[in-house]
Amino acid sequence: MTDIRRPDHERRHEPPSGPTTTPASEDQAAGNPPGRRGTGRAWTRLALMTLGPVMGALLLSGLLLLALGVDPIAYYGFVLERGLINAYGLQATFTRMGTLLLIAAGLIVAFRAGLWNLGGDGQFLLSAVAVAALAPLLTPHLPIALVLLAGLLAGAAVGAAWSMLPALLKAYQGINEVITTLMTSFLGISLANVLVKLAFHDPATTVPQTRTLAVADRLPRLFGTTVSSGLLLGLGAIIVVHLVMTRTAFGLKLRVVGANPRAAIHAGLPVPMLTVAAFAISAALTGLAGAVEILGVQGNVRADWNPAYSLTVIPLVFLARFNGFAAIGFVFLFSVLSIGGESAARRTGVPNFFTLVVVAILLVMLGIAEYLDKRHRTARR
Amino acid sequence: MSTLFTEPFFTALVLGALTAGLPLLLAGLGEQISEKAGVLNIGIEGMMLAGAYGGFLVAYHTGSIWLGYLGGALGGMAVATPMAVLCIRLGLSQIVIGMALTLGAEGTTALLHHFQFAQSYPRLPAVATLAIPGLSAIPVIGPALFDRPPIVYLAILAVFLTAYVFRSTHLGLALQAAGDKPEALDAAGVDVVRLRSLAVLATGCLAGVGGAFMAEVGAGIFVPFMTNGAGFIGIVLAMQARGRPFGVLWGALLFGACLSAATALQVAGVSIPTDVVQMLPFVAVLAVLVLLGRKASLPPALGVHYVRGGR
Amino acid sequence: MNQPRAASPPPPASPLSEPRPVISLDSVTRRFPGALALDRVTFDLWPGEVHVLLGENGAGKSTLVALLSGLHQPDAGSIRVDGRAVRIDTPARALDLGIGTVFQHSMLVPSLSVVDNMALGGAWWARPDRAGLARRMALVGAEIGITIDPAAKVGALSLGERQQVEIVRALLRGSRVILLDEATAMLTPQGAGKLGELVGRLAKRGIAVVFITHKLDEALAIGHRITVLRLGRKVGEIAPDRLASLGPAAATTEIVRLMFGSDDLTAPTAAPRRDRMAPPPLLVIEGLAVDDPVVPLAGIDLAVAPGEIVGIAGMDGNGQKQFAEAVAGQRRLAAGRITLGGTSLERLDVGGRRRQGLRYVTDDRLGEGTIGSFPLSLNLLLKDVGEPPFWQGGLERPEAIAAHARRLVEAYDVRTPGISAPIDTLSGGNVQKALLARELSGAARAVIFAKPTNGLDLQSARAARQHVRETANQGRAVILLSTDLDELLELSDRIAVMSRGRIVGMVANDEAARSRLGALMSGVAA
Repeated sequence: MTDIRRPDHERRHEPPSGPTTTPASEDQAAGNPPGRRGTGRAWTRLALMTLGPVMGALLLSGLLLLALGVDPIAYYGFVLERGLINAYGLQATFTRMGTLLLIAAGLIVAFRAGLWNLGGDGQFLLSAVAVAALAPLLTPHLPIALVLLAGLLAGAAVGAAWSMLPALLKAYQGINEVITTLMTSFLGISLANVLVKLAFHDPATTVPQTRTLAVADRLPRLFGTTVSSGLLLGLGAIIVVHLVMTRTAFGLKLRVVGANPRAAIHAGLPVPMLTVAAFAISAALTGLAGAVEILGVQGNVRADWNPAYSLTVIPLVFLARFNGFAAIGFVFLFSVLSIGGESAARRTGVPNFFTLVVVAILLVMLGIAEYLDKRHRTARR
Repeated sequence: MSTLFTEPFFTALVLGALTAGLPLLLAGLGEQISEKAGVLNIGIEGMMLAGAYGGFLVAYHTGSIWLGYLGGALGGMAVATPMAVLCIRLGLSQIVIGMALTLGAEGTTALLHHFQFAQSYPRLPAVATLAIPGLSAIPVIGPALFDRPPIVYLAILAVFLTAYVFRSTHLGLALQAAGDKPEALDAAGVDVVRLRSLAVLATGCLAGVGGAFMAEVGAGIFVPFMTNGAGFIGIVLAMQARGRPFGVLWGALLFGACLSAATALQVAGVSIPTDVVQMLPFVAVLAVLVLLGRKASLPPALGVHYVRGGR
Repeated sequence: MNQPRAASPPPPASPLSEPRPVISLDSVTRRFPGALALDRVTFDLWPGEVHVLLGENGAGKSTLVALLSGLHQPDAGSIRVDGRAVRIDTPARALDLGIGTVFQHSMLVPSLSVVDNMALGGAWWARPDRAGLARRMALVGAEIGITIDPAAKVGALSLGERQQVEIVRALLRGSRVILLDEATAMLTPQGAGKLGELVGRLAKRGIAVVFITHKLDEALAIGHRITVLRLGRKVGEIAPDRLASLGPAAATTEIVRLMFGSDDLTAPTAAPRRDRMAPPPLLVIEGLAVDDPVVPLAGIDLAVAPGEIVGIAGMDGNGQKQFAEAVAGQRRLAAGRITLGGTSLERLDVGGRRRQGLRYVTDDRLGEGTIGSFPLSLNLLLKDVGEPPFWQGGLERPEAIAAHARRLVEAYDVRTPGISAPIDTLSGGNVQKALLARELSGAARAVIFAKPTNGLDLQSARAARQHVRETANQGRAVILLSTDLDELLELSDRIAVMSRGRIVGMVANDEAARSRLGALMSGVAA
């Protein structure tokens, strides 16, 4: 009865040992023989476990491209050129990172607490719509800085509010949050569309979209580039989340709930309250991502816009073993793929859906790598 | 208001409930088989989508609706196979792999559609119905219930068949045992891994046919992401039905009615934006979970990988 | 190492004596990662004979069962059935060979009826022949003196009834060999006696029975032949004629020598405690009631004086767990009062009660007591997360945490590769030491021990018992929950019996205690 209600990924996706690991994991390293050789082996393992799935995913998706009649080398070359080498592309990549890092930070909080928050896309879109509706209304009356601050807070609040139903059902009724977060996500996406079309549409245009925030009123750009300061928010958020989860009593409590809820009850932790708190923080960060995307990049929400960022960031967070610093690296790589892929869609005719496939293959590869690693370790013991 | 509830309104409502509810029924029935055997099958959304694509592709090229359903079943099983291998044999997380397969099926079908049909958006011809003599002449429910494409009758038959299998065959007992106490089943000489793998494949088959129905009968066209959460609703239906196939049937019809309420209202002259209508099933699911969540019963070994003589 | 088998004469009890054993194991070895579970074990199983496998935890008894029932395969050595070498690679193969197993933990599906459990494993598309099975069940049951309702849901049956169902099922499937793995572990003394009689009747019908136990008196009462295992090795076998000629007393001495190498380990760690006249009670529980779907508790009164050990006896699942959790604060009370040194506890949560000095050593050490993947150092502070000096203003202070861990590891002699080793890499005995360190250190005033020696090897069990005793000697109030009567009689001052969520009696620990407890536990005196 209880088994599916608690994901055991904390155990299964145990972070490997390495320099950037968490307290929960550095002890696993202690299971290995200490000393330089042990550390070296741990490093090799980390590299294999991380790069293996990435290379495997690129290889398999390349084969898929071949099957579709597209030259994979040319495609990936174009993606790299547009997402990494080209200056404008790189700036777009950094801007996208800001949004994705906030989502990743939110996911890390939930996953470390053993909660499957799969409702990020609904939380993201509803926050985006709320911010897009609110900000243009405030600009005539408030200084820009206050408008932006209000927007960010509103985004976080809407995101958190949208997670409360699954959070309360999980905390007090024990209802599997996988289902409820997915349901609220679909609901949120539809509701966002309804709001854009019926409540907040811009009367000045026939296109169903919200009022547009003037470029001058958006989040400031960094150092004369086009990179939005959302990047700083994202980096700050994920580092703070990492430190809170690994270095504070609150983070430890969440990890205890995630790793063994029965032990949490035994130790007297207020499990329902911590569950709700973890959901609220997770969804607030996702909502913040929605606000940053609107205030920094889009300026408005068009009807039927759904970038589905949250679902695609999930594999990255798994790949990073819930480690904030590692997540920065993977989010960067994915942002390159994502920005480059969008350009490639226009140029090579491979639609953006392709990144979905890459991400799916990556998840499967990751699972297989963990399986092989576990088998290898049992065999050696 | 009395003018609202006319005969065409009810006919449209019942007909819509059946058309929209049938994919949910097949998905829920399939998920129920997996859950009974102890597998939480989150990949079912991907299986439906692959079924929708496979069904459309085959029906479009062969012109045969029945080969289309076969294509749908194969599409669903193509997604179910990696699930069986990775989760049942290797014991990977059913949630992670389920999500991956759903994402992968979404991306792959959208890509394939883009390269094959994005220029032309071909449609399938309307599907012939099979009127059951006598019954189809009954007013209101006659045309809605007894003048439907034959697959509808087969799906209802599948409910009876599943109920029979669950209750009255060794297979049913074995499925129950696989979800309740797999080690007992193993000790009785039944291969748990094989049984669960077959259960997952059966889920893929049913979900795939459900998806094919959406594309061939419901829409007459394949559109990327067209299942739009129907598989996930199927999961909820299976959970609420507590192991009884008829529970899935009633639930599917209820959700189908929700989905088709807008069409029926339009028939009655009331117009509701489609986005609002799209929200209805999810609102209904959440309402059901809030009201009845505690009663959802799940097998004890659900989602737990079985290792013989696990130490 | 193996005693020479003196021409193994056919057992006298068997009317169907055959010249050769039905199963023989020839120097069978089985390894697990980091352990040699069975080391070149050889033994024969004769029809119509109850062959007792006797040994401590970890002696390899369960591994042997797993090999014979097809759950594991030997790494070396051979298994012969009727003289032919066989490979028992699946449970189905074991059944085909006529080997039926009744596992320690029931192998029945709780949500299915008795008859459906019997039908499990039939041809997939066939209808289970429920009526026919029920008839055959009744026939077999009548032969061995058992009646079971075939339509009853297994989940509603008692443990003893489930074992009977499993034995009948094994016979229905034509088993000539029945393995009973620790079958009496969960039964009342009366239930165990009945099972012993049933096993005797099975042997009379020519069935070969393997009876696995760690209880010496049972082995002597039931067995025709006794094989003793120790640390994966067969250390001796007593053939039927020798067993008969030795007599109970001499056989006991012989077996103790074989099981433990020396006979002093079974001696109590100290003389039984005497019921002392105690000062006013420290921990007082009055009218405690708990709502629970399985075993609700009602009207529990208990007062424990400082320095006193109050044992609570009872079969597993009579509310002991619910009681311990309710007192510790993990469960809501429906009614009742708990005071510790005059301070009322029932409104406090787990942390609040802990700060008052109430401690709970759980028996579910890996399930709820610890987090397997977390380091030992954090597991030692699991109930103090956020407390100074280990956390200041919510921030972790690694040096303080490490120093605390090193101190406890030293003081409680926890054998570990390091304080940051994940606790699930430690042996069961060392996990228990870590738990004891966590619960007994600091300002403990009253301690609840739940089955403190459950699943531990002999040395660790001894150490744990010593900790219980010392805790009381330091003037703390102790509640000891245990299903092991010997342990309770050795440690407690008074012993209460818990049955179906109530305390049905309390006896002082004197010479008559054992028989009175037995009567209370079986409901005679309730």
